[in-house]
Parts: sequence; structure tokens; C-alpha cells
Amino acid sequence: MRARLVFALAWLCAVPGAMAQDTRKSGFDYMSRDSQAMQMDDLANPGMLSVLDGESLWNAPAGSSQKSCASCHGDGTVSMKGVAARYPAFDEASGKPIDLVGRIDQCRRERQQAPGLAREGHDSLALTTYIGLQSRGMPVSPPDDARLTPFRADGKALYTRRMGQLNFSCAQCHDEHAGGHVGASPIPQAHPTGYPIYRLEWQSMGSLQRRLRNCMAGTRAEPFAYAAPEFIDLELFLAARAAGMKVETPGVRP
Amino acid sequence: MARALLNVPAKAKRGDIIEIKTLMSHPMETGFRTGADGKLVPRDIIKSFVCTYNGEVVFSADLFPAISANPFIAFTTVATESGTMIFSWTDDKGQTQVQTAPISVE
Repeated sequence: MRARLVFALAWLCAVPGAMAQDTRKSGFDYMSRDSQAMQMDDLANPGMLSVLDGESLWNAPAGSSQKSCASCHGDGTVSMKGVAARYPAFDEASGKPIDLVGRIDQCRRERQQAPGLAREGHDSLALTTYIGLQSRGMPVSPPDDARLTPFRADGKALYTRRMGQLNFSCAQCHDEHAGGHVGASPIPQAHPTGYPIYRLEWQSMGSLQRRLRNCMAGTRAEPFAYAAPEFIDLELFLAARAAGMKVETPGVRP
Repeated sequence: MARALLNVPAKAKRGDIIEIKTLMSHPMETGFRTGADGKLVPRDIIKSFVCTYNGEVVFSADLFPAISANPFIAFTTVATESGTMIFSWTDDKGQTQVQTAPISVE
């Protein structure tokens, strides 16, 4: 009895402590209940349509090699488990970091010997979403690779650098004013846990880079081009910032 | 290729009210937007949705340009007997996408 009481007390003390440690919130927590329900129901989440397309692309032979993703990687639901949670990662061939979209494109061009996939195109988003789904519920786990450190530091510098006519940095909104509002929209903490997302405003799927370009246009800065090294560095930093949070792909956002 | 997600209960008791949810992938282009070249993008929306249950129409809807891409349609019906539900979506291009779902009623 006494042991049980001590245990209960220890548990009571430990839980508020554990909650106080992590104040990070996913964009999911800022959404209305309707949007949350839409994301959680796989038969109502429009991102799952993209997953279905991704699954058939995974099994479709492409290019002069006539190989599909499945020819090498087998069953995607097994081999791709936790993969999206580790990206961006270091690419040995180029000596630079590469994001998941870039890796799929690289595989497509070099190993399948097929034409590359256009960034933000339907197929690229579908495959990324399908691979992303296999990590759903797993913690974001950026690779512990010292070669990525300088790139991550560059991402952090970009995150805190003011840009655009409005002269805002990412940090000013998403660190200092997270939880506040810009117009009627809540400002989330900017943890990229649900990408690629189905954004209701876009009425389509979009990658993290599309979202970042959106934000840059909002501060009236000239957005970086898709796949620009600056974006990969930012993605690296954001992944490290969200380390341990659960992957939600495919997320729904308003 | 158009994709649809259907949520039809596989089993139901006779006389039960069952909820059916459908999600169809479609751009639902309104016909009011301009493309990069400044010209109007031609309208392409799903015009009608019909659900039949053992040949009888249990739900149908006419859709209009203000409806979002990938329309989600949910409705209820009464489980009467085992059989098939057939869902069909017809768009401005005249293409009809048909999906079926079995239902068993005890």
C-alpha cells in the first residue's frame, strides 16, 4: 500500500514536469476541430488520395531500366518505415544535404533512368506523400551526422534573418508571436511535421517548400527557387527544431 | 486517373441507418479563374453524383462551381438488404467514374 502511494506521488510529480519540458505544438493543435477530424479520418483526408496515387507510382515500372521503386525497395509499407522522418539527409554523391523530394528525383533519374519528377508536380507529391505516410506516428529523427552541422547552422541563420519589404524573420512570427494571430489566422510554431500537406486554401497537396515560399511572399521577399540550397538548409534546421515530434503526413491545414 | 475513397459499412443490421462517406479526387475548376496566359481556364467540375443501392437511387446531388476540389459527400440511408452500392460521378468532360461497394445486411 505504502509503495503504491509513493509510486502514485512520484507519478503525480513526474507528469507535470514532463509536460513542462516540451511546449512545442504541431500546427494540428491550432486547427479547428473540423479540420482536425478531417486529418484524422483516413477516409475524409484528401491527402489519402495522393497516397493512393503514390502507391500505384511506387509499383509502376518507369524509364529505360523498366524498374519500379518496388523492384529495388520491395514493399514500401515495410522498407520506407521511418525514412521520411530522417530527411533531409547527407548525400554522399554530391557532398551536400538532400531532402526527400530530391532523393526520390535522384533515384528516378539515376537508377530508374527515367525523366526526373517536376518539383511540386502531381507525381512528385504523390510519391513523397506515400513515403511520408509510412513514418506517420514516428518521431522526427534528424540524422546525427556532423557533416550536416554547417548546413543546419546556415538554416538557423536564415530562420533568424530579416527579409523582404516587411523586414520580418521567420523567428519573429513563429518564435516570438507563435500562438498569436496574423489577421484571423493563428500563427503556429512552424514545425514541419505533416508535409506534404493538403492545404484547404490551395485545394491541393503542397510541399514544405511551397509553404516556405508562401511565407516569404507574405513578407514580400523574393522566394527562393524550389530545391534552392537555402531551402534544404532551412528544412534541416526545422527538422532539428521539431526532433522527437510525431510525423503526421499527410497533414491537413486550413 | 481519378481516385475515390469510400466509407461504406461492410455489415449492418436490417433497418439500421448507415452513414456513407465519399471522397472523390477532382480539380473542380470553376471556369472563373485565369491561367498564366491570362485566358480563362475552361470549367471542369463534377456535375452530378448518384448513389444506387441494389438498382434504386438512394441519394443524388447536382454540384456547382462553388464546391471545393476533391468533393466530400456524406449521406445516410437505411440498410434494407444485402447487395451492392454503386456510386457514380459525372463531370463537364462527360467522364463518369464508377465505384462499387458491397454491403451485407443481417
